[in-house]
Amino acid sequence: MDLFDYSLFISAIRMVSPILLAALGGALCARVGIFNVGLEGLILAGAFSAIVGNHYSGSVFVAVLSGAAGAVLVSLLFGIVTIKFKANAIVAGIAVNFLVLGLTTFLLRALFDVKGAYYDKNMEGLPKWDIPLIEHIPVIGKLISGHSPLVYIAFLAAILLYVYLYRTVAGFRLLAVGKNLSASKSMGLKVTAIQYGAVLMSGVLCGLAGAQLSLGQVTMFTEGMTAGRGFIALVAMMLGQSHPIGILGSSMLFGLMDALSVRLQGFSVPTQFTAMLPYLITIIAMFFLKDKGSDSQLSGQQSTR
Amino acid sequence: MTYRLEMNDMTKKYGDFLANDGVSIKLKKGEVLAIVGENGAGKTTLMRMLYGLEQPTSGEIFLNGKSVHFTGPEDGIEHGIGMVHQHFMLFPDFTVAENIVIGREPKSYGFFNRKAASEAVQKLVEQYRISVNPARKAGDCSVGEQQRIEILKVLYQGADIIILDEPTAVLTPAEVDELLNTVRFLASQGKSIILITHKLREVMKVADQITVLRNGRVTGQVKKAETTADELAQLMVGRELQELSERDQLEGAPLLEVKEITIGINSSKPVLDNVSLMVNRGEILGIAGVSGNGQSELIQAISGLKKVDAGSILLDSKDVTGTTVAFRRNAGISHIPEDRYLWGAAKEGSIVDNGLMGYYKQKKFNRNSVLLKNAFRSKVSGWISRFEIKAASMDDQAGNLSGGNLQKLIVARELGFETDFLIAAEPTRGVDIGAMEYIHEALLAKRNNGDGILLVSSELSEIMALSDRIAVMYEGKIAGLLDRKDATEEKLSVLMAGGKENEASKNTAAIV
Repeated sequence: MDLFDYSLFISAIRMVSPILLAALGGALCARVGIFNVGLEGLILAGAFSAIVGNHYSGSVFVAVLSGAAGAVLVSLLFGIVTIKFKANAIVAGIAVNFLVLGLTTFLLRALFDVKGAYYDKNMEGLPKWDIPLIEHIPVIGKLISGHSPLVYIAFLAAILLYVYLYRTVAGFRLLAVGKNLSASKSMGLKVTAIQYGAVLMSGVLCGLAGAQLSLGQVTMFTEGMTAGRGFIALVAMMLGQSHPIGILGSSMLFGLMDALSVRLQGFSVPTQFTAMLPYLITIIAMFFLKDKGSDSQLSGQQSTR
Repeated sequence: MTYRLEMNDMTKKYGDFLANDGVSIKLKKGEVLAIVGENGAGKTTLMRMLYGLEQPTSGEIFLNGKSVHFTGPEDGIEHGIGMVHQHFMLFPDFTVAENIVIGREPKSYGFFNRKAASEAVQKLVEQYRISVNPARKAGDCSVGEQQRIEILKVLYQGADIIILDEPTAVLTPAEVDELLNTVRFLASQGKSIILITHKLREVMKVADQITVLRNGRVTGQVKKAETTADELAQLMVGRELQELSERDQLEGAPLLEVKEITIGINSSKPVLDNVSLMVNRGEILGIAGVSGNGQSELIQAISGLKKVDAGSILLDSKDVTGTTVAFRRNAGISHIPEDRYLWGAAKEGSIVDNGLMGYYKQKKFNRNSVLLKNAFRSKVSGWISRFEIKAASMDDQAGNLSGGNLQKLIVARELGFETDFLIAAEPTRGVDIGAMEYIHEALLAKRNNGDGILLVSSELSEIMALSDRIAVMYEGKIAGLLDRKDATEEKLSVLMAGGKENEASKNTAAIV
């Protein structure tokens, strides 16, 4: 087995989508001035709700919707705490992560009466879409075609978010809120509504990311199955400087690292070591980007003098 | 004719405190109304009620004869009232055009039409003769330009009544003149302007009507043509202004000598270029100049905040070049910095802690490195009563003080060191007339005591009132040195604009 081969990149693309979706969600929050550390919890909520929806309805479509809905509910909680009650977003985000971890473990037992993981071979996973024409193109065809719809949605979301932020009026206003809250208020923008909108939308995106995790490869839920992907997404967001296209690039890098770390296990490299790879890359990447984080809007509001 | 705006008997109570007590104003189309008063007189409260940011306890607002009731700034904007805030409300990363159209963006199918935005702004620029570059980033614009963006913003919103809150506090004299011209032009175009300020010279230049507030009450409502700056000052302060005390004639020995200092020796345009000056004991040396001509660097070089590339600085004939700030402070240099928030105070700290700065090392205030805060509290409370600093408590955050009161605290602290030499940079920026009188008097007393003061100010009137000699800085050099008795506004203005001392003064830009 080679270290780099064709299937590595195919699995990389699959690994990209949850990170990319969640990172875009995080970016939306960052753009309205809220640092959402709770991505991990939101993804987990999405993954669990998707399995629950799948179990009770038997429909994959309903499962994906319920995954999104589950994460939106949690993000609403996060929004109320940070926007309405003005709690520190970092503390609230960490709370969300632990809350969801505990809640899903508890509900796993309460609903399915199992510990650790829930798996039902009758459950249907996400379909694989073969894209006509493209699938027949040599090399690229196999790379691009044959993924779950959520993979395509992830890439589409990045492009749509770019258009939204930099081409539409609504996106412009969203950016404005993150850049200078009091100035936005003084111009009569509906600041609170915009912030809630961004937080809820990040819930939707994280829910989809969770659904891809629990329904995309093997159809199952395990406790803490996100395994730090929410944090990787957070880093991807910062590395991409909350810019959709930048995030697309950084997420691809991390997806590749993710796939690579799985692959390395086949070379009898200890899993503990390979699991460090994405974080190692992050630290190195941060080194090169140290002065460029200002546009992520997390360095505080601009002071007006 | 009906008035465009009438505010009748406005009263606003905060608990027991009457911020506005039965204030009424009237404003016609094309008229400039100045509302003057000292800090805390209730000017801002009145405007906040007009703009919908604050609900009146009682009173009525009429627009074009119709009673209106505002619940938020959107309502104010909706009814054609625009406010230019004292602290600009800009997005530094957005372009000028984006800053202006935000909230009312030209769009098609939800997409932001940036080209149309640029054109709309360009049209306003031509219509109202306010020059900005729509494509530039707001953060790259000068302060004067940023203010013009703010004005264009309210014009774009279609405001007929424009409120300018202390608009000149941050501007250079040339920018002030340009702003005043703009205000007159806008009035001639049928806009009604409310100017909130405590600078009477500006009021006398542009206002048609003047309303004076003191302690929340109207103390005078006059036409500009029928009043004088002196009368307004009296109405504001509630007493006659005092003349400055006598200046003792002192022949002091040299105290501070700055010899040929240069900063930025390797650049084609050094920020300080071979500057020499001397401050004698019992003398105030004034440094005039449009800000940004090297004054800041000169102050920082003398206080030790910036290294000089060449030249030397002598205090009492001892060379202090290259020594630390602490060393120089011990040697006898105190310093009222030009930017009180950047250099002068820690906003988050309490008033006591801010007063303590620089004193904590003195034996009186620490015992074996343990601070004796109680000993210090009595000192600070002394300052608070002497300088009439309006503070809720000594333990309140310094940042909660109004700018003028914080300035008084810093002035009190620096005078309290009782050093031989004092750098006073913009000592009265943003303070009201009463406090200004007090600070001027304190500086003069220090001079009469035989100490030396280097006074740097962008207010020419302040320089001329206090200085024994006046040096004018232009592009990092001393452009001229005038004696108190020879200094006239014209001569100084010419020097400030880069002209020669003997040049005819009449046809140069009036920087007053």
